[in-house]
Amino acid sequence: MKLAVCIYEGPYNHEASDSAYHFIKAAIDKGHEIRGIFFYHDGVYNVTKLMEPPQDDRHISNRWSELGATGIDIVVCIAAAKRRGIVDDVLVDNVRISGLGQLTMMAIEADRMVTFGD
Amino acid sequence: MLHTVNKSPFQNNTLESCQKFITSGDIILLIEDGVYGAMAGSAKSAIVEGAIKSGTEVYALSSDLKARAITNLIDGVQITDYAGFVDFVEKHKTHSWL
Amino acid sequence: MSEDIKKIMFTVRNAPHGTIYVYEGLEVKLIMAAYDADISVVFMDDGVYALKQGQNTDELGIKGFEKTYGVFVDYEIENVYVDRKSMEDRGMTVDDLLVIGEDEDTEEPIKPKVIDSSEIAAMMAEQHNIMSF
Repeated sequence: MKLAVCIYEGPYNHEASDSAYHFIKAAIDKGHEIRGIFFYHDGVYNVTKLMEPPQDDRHISNRWSELGATGIDIVVCIAAAKRRGIVDDVLVDNVRISGLGQLTMMAIEADRMVTFGD
Repeated sequence: MLHTVNKSPFQNNTLESCQKFITSGDIILLIEDGVYGAMAGSAKSAIVEGAIKSGTEVYALSSDLKARAITNLIDGVQITDYAGFVDFVEKHKTHSWL
Repeated sequence: MSEDIKKIMFTVRNAPHGTIYVYEGLEVKLIMAAYDADISVVFMDDGVYALKQGQNTDELGIKGFEKTYGVFVDYEIENVYVDRKSMEDRGMTVDDLLVIGEDEDTEEPIKPKVIDSSEIAAMMAEQHNIMSF
């Protein structure tokens, strides 16, 4: 089944990003296709490479980048990103900035959409 | 439908509110701070007790329960994990009560 | 409407201005309206406050969006609903709700439709996907 996941909250501050990550890993383990991951609202902060958490904690942006490296389309909303100072230069690898049309296509093409936020 | 609830019932009315939109065969999955709604013996336990009594299946996510040291669950609340969460999503359309 | 046009529902449960969710959620609706999707928008819980007429954010310096709701019908976002219980719980009536457009022929103002939660639940079950905004 094709799944899409939306993430609305920033890293560390809220569990949404962690919940989404665990959900996606479990979905992949079960053989589902991840049609896309979309970061919106403060969720755009999840994929900045400026992030440098303490070594004994999870590295949230690296985690998303690694998922992106497996070929999953990870999209950051351009309007939400620009509003918050997130631009191409600060993104981790394997993640792209694009428009809300991408979210629309995910909502239409995915069999299921699951949202994690506040 | 699968309804995910991620707020403590003491923080806001999400858990209560979602019940108005439940139809037969729907499932409620408590995640994140939503799992506090699954605790027995609280002033808000009646919400989940009522849902179960009216035939709605209520699940709580095991990793969120463990993280919060919640062990005394309301009778009838079932425990699931992320793999179970994915299975629910496969079977049901999902609404996240954010 | 053809079978392969997907039904997408938006649920709005947050109050406006205190957080950005309603405003950024509105941007999504306007974009999605340009695509081939059968869109509906449901205001429930504090989301009902977003539809209160007479909002003025000038003194806050926050961008308001009451006027944008006024062009919903022009954007072909016509299936706009309010959960009756949420509205009544907040001491509001249909008279308090803003206008989302006007009828092409009669020029009568169009307001969101106030419906019961059971009707909303039935609509939810028919959707391809539901987005919380």
